[in-house]
Amino acid sequence: MPDLMNTIGIWLAAFFTFCIFSFLYRDNPFYKLAEQIFVGLSAGYGLIYVVYSTMVPNLFAKLSQDFSGNLILLIPFALGLMMLTRIYPKTQWISRYPISIVIGTSAAISVMRSLKTDLLLQVGATIINPFQGSTASEISGNLLVIIGTLCGVYFFYFSKKQEGLAKIPSKIGVYFLMVSFGATFGYTVMARISLLIGRLEFLRKDWLHIIN
Amino acid sequence: MKHIYYLLIVLLLLQSAMLWANTTSSFTISDKPWDKGEALILNWNLPDGYDRLNLQKADSLMVYQDMELDEPLVSGFVDDNLDPDETYHYRLIAYNDALADSIFIEAQGQPKENWFYMHKLSFLLLFLILGSAIVFYVMAARRGKDFYIRRISGLDSMEEAIGRATEKGKPILFVPGISELDDIQTIASLSILGQLAQRAAEYNTEIIVPCRFAMVLSAAREVVKEAYLKAGRPDAYREDRIFYLTDDQFGYVAGIDGIIVREEPAANFFLGSFYAESLILAETGLSTGAIQTAGTANAHQLPFFVVSCDYTLIGEELFAASAYLSRDAQQVGSLKGHDFGKLLVILLIVVGIILEIAGQGWFKSFLMGAGS
Repeated sequence: MPDLMNTIGIWLAAFFTFCIFSFLYRDNPFYKLAEQIFVGLSAGYGLIYVVYSTMVPNLFAKLSQDFSGNLILLIPFALGLMMLTRIYPKTQWISRYPISIVIGTSAAISVMRSLKTDLLLQVGATIINPFQGSTASEISGNLLVIIGTLCGVYFFYFSKKQEGLAKIPSKIGVYFLMVSFGATFGYTVMARISLLIGRLEFLRKDWLHIIN
Repeated sequence: MKHIYYLLIVLLLLQSAMLWANTTSSFTISDKPWDKGEALILNWNLPDGYDRLNLQKADSLMVYQDMELDEPLVSGFVDDNLDPDETYHYRLIAYNDALADSIFIEAQGQPKENWFYMHKLSFLLLFLILGSAIVFYVMAARRGKDFYIRRISGLDSMEEAIGRATEKGKPILFVPGISELDDIQTIASLSILGQLAQRAAEYNTEIIVPCRFAMVLSAAREVVKEAYLKAGRPDAYREDRIFYLTDDQFGYVAGIDGIIVREEPAANFFLGSFYAESLILAETGLSTGAIQTAGTANAHQLPFFVVSCDYTLIGEELFAASAYLSRDAQQVGSLKGHDFGKLLVILLIVVGIILEIAGQGWFKSFLMGAGS
């Protein structure tokens, strides 16, 4: 029986893989079928996953084991219940409070995190002695890091019209950005090809048994 | 004569003190100041002649174990990665190989968490400077000062995109990214959605907003509803066009692709946090001939948007978009504060590099200390 279920699972996976690949030609009923099953299944799975991986261990289990010791958990529980008031138009305003709390705390936490990781650590990493390298390529690499960073930051300076002399660092910044985008593009395409290879391997190995 | 006697007595006392210092041993442990209570400073003073040292720490069963040390022991040692308020017991063993003698001294200490971490001083200073700059510019903007913001072409396209959708009688698709509401990019995206929805309401153009998370859905509905109210068209607001699809990343993408090919929106906006799905979305939109505007601060996804969208908001432009579109005094003031921060960053880097070339590494250490 498990073998039969496994075989059915593989055939279904292969069928839906082809259904999704059929979108390369155009939108068609097979793609629609696969898409809607995928969306519906993932939404249902997502709900159950949240209940069992978040709500049960982090809320219900803790409250049932030690209610008085976990009173603080009643606050997020209440905020969650307030979100459910969106069901009725007349009580929808109540849900604005949990939304405001989430947006406010998220923004505050992000400020501290970004200030450290995106600002201080990046600034510190750029502060290097460019002539410290032992080879010419190392020195030119250091100089490129410094020039690229300074011009890249200047490109995002919105308070001055980028014309005349002010246009030069901005232009250099754009060139650096585009070169980095090109490199990222190539790198990611390679990673995506490996995903395609993985899918083709599934079809040839698990489904057709052409390869071992 | 009397003075000479006094002088001799003082000299004798000093000599005795020095002899005493050379023959007595001490081992002290103190809490490392200005830290989060994870380190103890161990100091010792041993009589001459002891040429080998061994430092031991008691484990939970109070059995002393040799400590593995990266550097030779001289007169002190900092033990870090400890737990605050825990008592730690140490034993210092000194060997005198010539006399085949050894002594050991025991001491204990307790690391304490401090209110201020001195190594994060640069973090505090930068935070105060940037915060003050933002408050200053926001107040100036509120007082009516008109600040200049340079043209951002990706945002100027918004009117064009809405106009095109209106002309064709087709909807606008807005995707607020695939991250939760706790991502600052999603918040920035929803700010832009407010501006876009207001223009769409004025033009009487339908807007579709598929959401990945329930919190984003609720916030998006509130934002769009308010925008329609501002535009004086509350009757045109359709809550069912702002809907939940699925939490699953690729399920969400498959759903949006279906919307793109079936409803054929005339304008697509992909603004927010995007990952592996960026090219799938943008390519599908491109195939339908829609005018596309994308923006994200996820640098590794920007190349895909650049090649497949008509306009792309790169990184910081996404955060500037709301201020640029609304020209709201508070947001424009905040943007000016950010610009001040960028100039400060350039200045810090330039000063830091000059000091590094001059061999003065303290400035970099001061800045990097906050990162640890």
